[in-house]
Amino acid sequence: MMFARTRSRAEEALYYIGGLSELAGDTIRATWRGPFESAILVAQMDQVGVRSLSIVSITSVFIGMVLALQTAYSLKEFGGSLFIGKVVSLSLVRELAPVLMSLMVGGRVGAGMTAEIGTMKVTEQIDALRALATNPVRKLVVPRVVATTLMLPLLTVVACLLGILGGLFIAVVNLHLTANFYIRSVIETVAFNDLASGIGKTFFFGFAIGLIACFNGLRTTGGADGVGRSTTATVVTASISVLIMDFFLTKLFLLFF
Amino acid sequence: MSESLSTDRRAETRETPDRRQQGRDVFVEFRDVYKAYGSKKVLQGVDLKVYRGEVLVILGGSGSGKSVTLRHMLGLEAPDEGRILVEDEDITDLPEEELYRVRMKFGMLFQSGALFDSMTVFENIAFPLREHTEMTEEEIARAVREKLDLVSLPSSEQLMPVDLSGGMRKRVGLARSIVLDPKMILYDEPTTGLDPITSAKINEMIIDLQSKLNVTSVVVTHDIQSAFSVGDRIAFLNKGVFEWVGSVEQARNADHPIMREFFKASSVTAAQPTTA
Repeated sequence: MMFARTRSRAEEALYYIGGLSELAGDTIRATWRGPFESAILVAQMDQVGVRSLSIVSITSVFIGMVLALQTAYSLKEFGGSLFIGKVVSLSLVRELAPVLMSLMVGGRVGAGMTAEIGTMKVTEQIDALRALATNPVRKLVVPRVVATTLMLPLLTVVACLLGILGGLFIAVVNLHLTANFYIRSVIETVAFNDLASGIGKTFFFGFAIGLIACFNGLRTTGGADGVGRSTTATVVTASISVLIMDFFLTKLFLLFF
Repeated sequence: MSESLSTDRRAETRETPDRRQQGRDVFVEFRDVYKAYGSKKVLQGVDLKVYRGEVLVILGGSGSGKSVTLRHMLGLEAPDEGRILVEDEDITDLPEEELYRVRMKFGMLFQSGALFDSMTVFENIAFPLREHTEMTEEEIARAVREKLDLVSLPSSEQLMPVDLSGGMRKRVGLARSIVLDPKMILYDEPTTGLDPITSAKINEMIIDLQSKLNVTSVVVTHDIQSAFSVGDRIAFLNKGVFEWVGSVEQARNADHPIMREFFKASSVTAAQPTTA
């Protein structure tokens, strides 16, 4: 009984991965072949990028401030406040900004995309697209996946800058360091390979988030209930995928940079 | 056991031929089509010919496989077994990209209208023109207005789908499906969920379009009134098999037991609408 259940779960997971890979292939092919839906792409970039700015700003400033406070507290015995600039900038650029922004954007944007495409699926709008001889992958998936792939790295850059500023605020106000000292310490610490590794990962995260969101939308069945289930599945799957991918991509980038 | 049963049931279909159809040009043909979703067998050996220029009504109860049959016609679903031919071209194994060419021959009215929520009525109808033609905005506007007139919905261009009633949504859906001048129109439950007066209007529209556009039509319905008023032929689908196919006149006197029961139940329901 338990074996059968495990087997069916494993089969389901394999089908899911297979479907996702197929959609990834179709998306890359459709992007390559065109024609490109530039108006929809711009609208999606606005939705993914510009409209995520507030959530990204608030989150990153506070992460920077908390990081500064915690570093100062935990390294107090070793004169930790002198390392604030180094620790805050390196943690943010290499790890925290890419991963946390991906989780935030994955939740906000991914859920929205799945709900929209899922509703289109259950109301036969996807079938209507196909019946009107229009490829849903080209029309719906490509603009969304391209938008998340391009906008997530930009949002991460913004998050890094704002997070470092958050750290600066605590460094100056709470720990009485000079702004000059903090900024110099940041500039001396963050090297090209840190940026390449941190920002580079987010292209992959963005692609995965867009793809998972669209795939879950397209496989939605069963009315409003189904849309709810797909949306939840997107948030869970996208978050787990980002965290797992982060480990392997970090390993990979460490080999090159 | 089930194999021999389904063979017998199909044999029964062949016993009621309509001689008037012999020698006519076939537009769509199903040859022994099977389709299952998981353990649920939906189509169990469907044989069907749709002749050019006719209105074929596919009649059957809920879950009999009517809509699935329709979806197979334009390749929205692929059969597990059997062949499907459109204008003598076997479309069964065509990849999705090639099916788009075949689908240009069809216009489909979905059960819910399937209008794109984010677009106005005008943009919905203009969508196929923008996708598949090089028409100027002025030509598109003219074509959209012409089709809206055909479905008796003038001056509704700027409304959003959410502002439309069920009947209006279906009419806009119909306008969108005919805007590329298809050879064949597929109607999925065109009168379901509509009041009797709106249903009658939709039926009139189907007959009207048939004469004005000179197309072939397939109407999927469980509405007997609609079937008799719009159809040239009726195909009765039961448990995934066409158990009876013949002209509308033959259908009125058909001695197929389930079909008779279906007609009887429909007339009783129509006569006693307020017993609940």
